[in-house]
Amino acid sequence: MKTPSELRYTEDHEWLRPEGKSGRVGITDFAQDQLGDVVFVELPEVGRAVKQGEAFGVVESVKSVSDVFAPITGKVVAVNQALVDSPELVNQDPYGQGWIVEIEIANDGEVQALLDAQAYGALQEGGH
Amino acid sequence: MGKRTPLYEEHLALGGRMVDFGGWDMPVQYPAGILAEHEAVRQRAGLFDVSHMGEIDLHGERVLQFADELVTNDCQKLAENQVLYSPMCYEHGGVVDDLLVYRLEPGHVLLVVNASNTDKDVAWVMEQRQRLYPDVQAEDISAKTAEMALQGPKAQEILQSLTSFDLNRIAFFWVQPDIEIAGRKALWVSRTGYTGEDGFEIYVRPEDAVHVWREILRAGEPYGILPCGLGARDSLRFEACLPLYGQELDQDHTPLQSGLKYWVRLEKEHFIGLGPLKEEQESGGPKRRLVGFKLAERGIARHGYPITSPSGEEIGVVTSGMLSPTLGEAIGLGFVPAEYAQVGTRIAVSVRGRAIPAEVIKRPFYRRSGK
Repeated sequence: MKTPSELRYTEDHEWLRPEGKSGRVGITDFAQDQLGDVVFVELPEVGRAVKQGEAFGVVESVKSVSDVFAPITGKVVAVNQALVDSPELVNQDPYGQGWIVEIEIANDGEVQALLDAQAYGALQEGGH
Repeated sequence: MGKRTPLYEEHLALGGRMVDFGGWDMPVQYPAGILAEHEAVRQRAGLFDVSHMGEIDLHGERVLQFADELVTNDCQKLAENQVLYSPMCYEHGGVVDDLLVYRLEPGHVLLVVNASNTDKDVAWVMEQRQRLYPDVQAEDISAKTAEMALQGPKAQEILQSLTSFDLNRIAFFWVQPDIEIAGRKALWVSRTGYTGEDGFEIYVRPEDAVHVWREILRAGEPYGILPCGLGARDSLRFEACLPLYGQELDQDHTPLQSGLKYWVRLEKEHFIGLGPLKEEQESGGPKRRLVGFKLAERGIARHGYPITSPSGEEIGVVTSGMLSPTLGEAIGLGFVPAEYAQVGTRIAVSVRGRAIPAEVIKRPFYRRSGK
């Protein structure tokens, strides 16, 4: 499983790519592999305020429904409309074209406290 | 750790993702994924390990009468080596399980039941035998049989390359005992399945399972066969509207409510559950009915989601639902009051609190061409 070193991670298998005042969010390679073929992604409204740990979207595979949790507190400034017609991008390119939302960073401390690639990798090896 | 079929190690070697299913460790999918496995069965062929299914062997002079008492369909009309599908009911008309009845040589009937119901079914059959037909012998032979299902339009060609027996001689819902597959004697080979495609279910001794499994995959390789897990088994049976016990069928619904009227022979003199089923049919038919529906907007109706009237009144529940891999539509099955059961009726499904409009549509959702 790929775990890019420039990203931050949650224990719930989301990633955050901090870039200036905001960051894109998606689910990890491990998460998409566990889910299997993604067939539907429910996106939030642009402008919605989310709290860290809050479920803001849903990823559905053939068999299962999984919430996506906000890795940080902030406002949703963009959503990936490409997932409406091509939800399989989450499987094909989880850290790139399969991004789900972009969140404006409200609190840098939250970003710093997220897992780095090494810590997230260790979590997977722990059998999660 | 759950129970393992004789093919457990094969699943691991093929990269199967193992999950618990009714106490069994079974592959939900292999690396190709559920959609690719589903497509393989619709277009070419797929091979499923269904060794977890339960088999109950019945022997005795009155074995056919006993089977006929147990199930709602008509066993008496079965010829030797013919198979039928049937619900099996409690006295009150609720469903114990749905199963296949194999009429084999004289005095021998085989019942094939759902894995997750095997213990319950064996207990039920033993109890009825004791009560009604103590002269019939019943034995749970589930541990002595491995079973695999080869399904898809190329299933016959693939299997034919492994046997000298002319498979054209096995018609739909017929069985042939003792034919050789890949050099091993299969107990039974029937033209049956749970996918909506042509195909075979192959029963072998546990010690022959690995060899036969590998040979079928090898023979199927040029055809693009894939090993398939429970995920594809569920999506395939769903499109064909074949019911799944615990979802479309349970002890709280009669087979008439579940849309299985064709498999309930109310003209039979007797079977367990006949009284309540006859009464339900004669008093205007079931008041709750299983329907198929299609969502009019994006979303997926899942098992357990509420079904509502267009005005939001809760009227039923989704039993199965998914984005149909073959049709690309968000469709589902669910129970609603009879007045909502007509094709074209508008209903709605509550998906995480949001009402998505839906319309009742015809079942099955998928029927293979040429049938």
